[in-house]
Amino acid sequence: MAIRTEGAVISTSTPAVELEGITKRFPGVVANRDISLSVQQGHVHAVVGENGAGKSTLMKILYGMQRPDEGEIRVNGKAATFRSPADAIAVGIGMVHQHFMLADNLTVLENVILGSEPRAGGVAIDFGTARRRIRQISDSYGLGVDPDALVEDLGVGARQRVEILKVLYRGARILILDEPTAVLVPQEVNELFENLRGLVREGLTIIFISHKLDEVLSVADAITVIRRGTTVAEVSPEDVTARRLAELMVGSELPSPQTRESAVTDVVALSVRGLTVRSEDGRAVVDGVGFDIRRGEVLGIAGVEGNGQAELVEAVMGMRPAEGEVLLGDKDISAWPTLRRREAGIGYIPEDRHRHGLLLEAPLWENRILGHQTRRPNVRGPWIDRAGARRDTERIVEEYDVRTPGIDVDAAALSGGNQQKLIVGREMSGEPVFLIASHPTRGVDVGAQAAIWDHLRAARAAGLAVLLISADLDELIGLSDTLKVILRGRVVADVDPRTVTPEQLGSAMTGAGEAA
Amino acid sequence: MSAAKSTFADRLLGRVRLGGLLSLAAPILAVVFAGLITSVVLLITGAPPLETLGIMVDYGVQPRSIVLALNLASGFYLSAIAVAIGFRMNLFNIGVDGQYRLAALVAAAFGASITLPAPLHIAAVVLVAMLVGAGWASIAGLLKVRRGVSEVISTIMLNAIATALGSWLLNKDRLAVEVAGSNNIGTKPLGPSAQVSGIALIPGSPLKVNGLIILAVAVGVLYYVVLNRTRFGFDLRATGRSEPAAVASGVNVKRMVLIAMALSGAVAGLAGMPILLGESYSYSLQFPLGLGFTGIAIALLGRNNPVGIAFGAMLWAFLDVSSNILQLHEISPEIVQIMQGTIVLSVIVAYELVHRYQISAEQRRVSSELAGGTQVRAEGASA
Repeated sequence: MAIRTEGAVISTSTPAVELEGITKRFPGVVANRDISLSVQQGHVHAVVGENGAGKSTLMKILYGMQRPDEGEIRVNGKAATFRSPADAIAVGIGMVHQHFMLADNLTVLENVILGSEPRAGGVAIDFGTARRRIRQISDSYGLGVDPDALVEDLGVGARQRVEILKVLYRGARILILDEPTAVLVPQEVNELFENLRGLVREGLTIIFISHKLDEVLSVADAITVIRRGTTVAEVSPEDVTARRLAELMVGSELPSPQTRESAVTDVVALSVRGLTVRSEDGRAVVDGVGFDIRRGEVLGIAGVEGNGQAELVEAVMGMRPAEGEVLLGDKDISAWPTLRRREAGIGYIPEDRHRHGLLLEAPLWENRILGHQTRRPNVRGPWIDRAGARRDTERIVEEYDVRTPGIDVDAAALSGGNQQKLIVGREMSGEPVFLIASHPTRGVDVGAQAAIWDHLRAARAAGLAVLLISADLDELIGLSDTLKVILRGRVVADVDPRTVTPEQLGSAMTGAGEAA
Repeated sequence: MSAAKSTFADRLLGRVRLGGLLSLAAPILAVVFAGLITSVVLLITGAPPLETLGIMVDYGVQPRSIVLALNLASGFYLSAIAVAIGFRMNLFNIGVDGQYRLAALVAAAFGASITLPAPLHIAAVVLVAMLVGAGWASIAGLLKVRRGVSEVISTIMLNAIATALGSWLLNKDRLAVEVAGSNNIGTKPLGPSAQVSGIALIPGSPLKVNGLIILAVAVGVLYYVVLNRTRFGFDLRATGRSEPAAVASGVNVKRMVLIAMALSGAVAGLAGMPILLGESYSYSLQFPLGLGFTGIAIALLGRNNPVGIAFGAMLWAFLDVSSNILQLHEISPEIVQIMQGTIVLSVIVAYELVHRYQISAEQRRVSSELAGGTQVRAEGASA
């Protein structure tokens, strides 16, 4: 509240950032067209829109990473042209990226000054001055960053504060935060918001990109909604509800991941016993994990990323050596190679679709074959059945609403949501008995998200067993029949998705729940 | 400027499906560019560029020169296909050179030591060459799979070892005999049943085209079919495009590395066969060197495409043959090597540019084609 009044006072002055008629024709599916945005000084200005609506493109334009084809940018009233981020930094715009750009093996100090080192005597780096400035910035904005800590020892929230500090160190007065809460658990989100309030109190301006509405409503002074590449509304958080905001974003009602009635049967489809995965230095990254997934059941695994989920999935897929037992139905598949597991009916929606799910520079129909290259309709004996694969790709495109001009375009040309729908369609074909869905709706738009949830629910109703890994707590709680929390490679809690709140789940994920 | 450029691209190519024409443009432009560079070099050395190129073309299109070029090209082609098999999987088999030399030497010695009816004798020699090539290449494959040794390093080293091993074997105490009427040494000549007769393919020349050109064509067809139409080929290409995706799809990448390396080596073993079976009939100190490295250049030139490689091999052979005439005009024949080098460099650059352009043009095309339909379908979905 305090910020809001303060913001209102300052808002009589020139806007910190003004965008007018920004248009960008961009390789990819979403372009920006005719975007107008006015950000008041000392405001937290949220830019919301579903994934793929063009928020990131807009921010890249503002940060000089992309040049607009048309339109004008004004910073503090002066027209600006950015050829590179350096130009944007020069007028005081800084960006905190969604994915941190920090070197783990360097200290905070070294990371912060990297690229703009203060010099002493022309050659040597003046660490003393740098340390003083970092302390000073950290203290005045309440960031609580220790310049001499090693980045690899820091948690996600602290790393983000280092990123913010890095930007402030370079003299930024206008901060762009791209989906800053995507990697944080609820408690860390609250801390971040405290920091943001501290920053605007000191007169800084923050542009906050998000698609999480409750967060936006709690922190923003003004909200701009982007849909399909253009600004559709400018609203004040007092006058709008989350539901209304969602409707503005999607142009329709927001889907919910709520599963209807339970379809869980008594038949165990997949059983994991004492699964341990060791890293190269012998440390157990997955430590004695065990669970059963029955037909028609969705087992959700909640956990902060990097707590062994990826390794667990790869071990179940046979992509990574592991100790312990994996049973599919009554068959022990622990020693089976990946291909045989897939042939036995394991479907796999990988976490990183670009790395593990697709051949980006291959046409869609060849991507249909990937992972199913021993099965009809893709192959006949040792031969690729082009006609069969193409026909079935057409089917997937149709049934799963993959928006593409045809099946001969490269997978790289599709938007993330459409790529993901293709993967889901592919993994659902061939009647799998067990599906691993790793972050199935990460980085896809709301429409595709709803479609993917529908497909998962339908498959579950038809008796599919699903292992769901996700960072989206609503998705986990909404889709899962059973929830387990993983922390440092161990299952630390069983949670009932019908009663748990995202906050409780968040506590359990960080280990705070252990003490409670 | 950037705005104008992308609008232009939108209009001109964004909606046009890029066919093979654009990919043809790359090598042609590169050859033209290489011609320009060569002209500059010629000018510097004091020779008239246009006239020199004219002489080369005149000489190159004579029937006799075409036969010579075709014969050279057969070996180039096989060597380039061997390299291309590796390239398709992101394996850099730099060792084709050592593989084909060792294979030719052993096959020559083996062929001379046995007598069989004609087709069998030839088949046996070819088979031995393939086995030796595959075996030698497999060392690099095994090292990569077992010990993580980069195949680039190991195949280069294996080339040196092959050279040493070859000299050790090609000794009068072991596989070699003195070649009559010279101080050259070589393996015993192959019997008539292992000699492949030429084909009178080009009218107007008494020279015959090496009969093993058929082998080259067959390998080219097989290469295309196996890579594009079989499961194995799909796995191989998938591994080349994205190893993590291939692993996730169930491809056993280690096994693929071993097989691809062995296959590449087997085809490399064939690269010396046109000369051995159709020309020299023995492996001597004069057996041609460096085919393997030429193969790398030609595979790059032909973009790993069987037809493209055929053109590349012919171009290379044509340049090699026509360099013979330059000396008569007191122009240094090394000019041809400069030309070959610039062609490869500029082709790589040109392909990369066209490739990037194609990707972004396709993305543009998809977004523009979808821009019309999305609205309607999205509204429909929300209803």
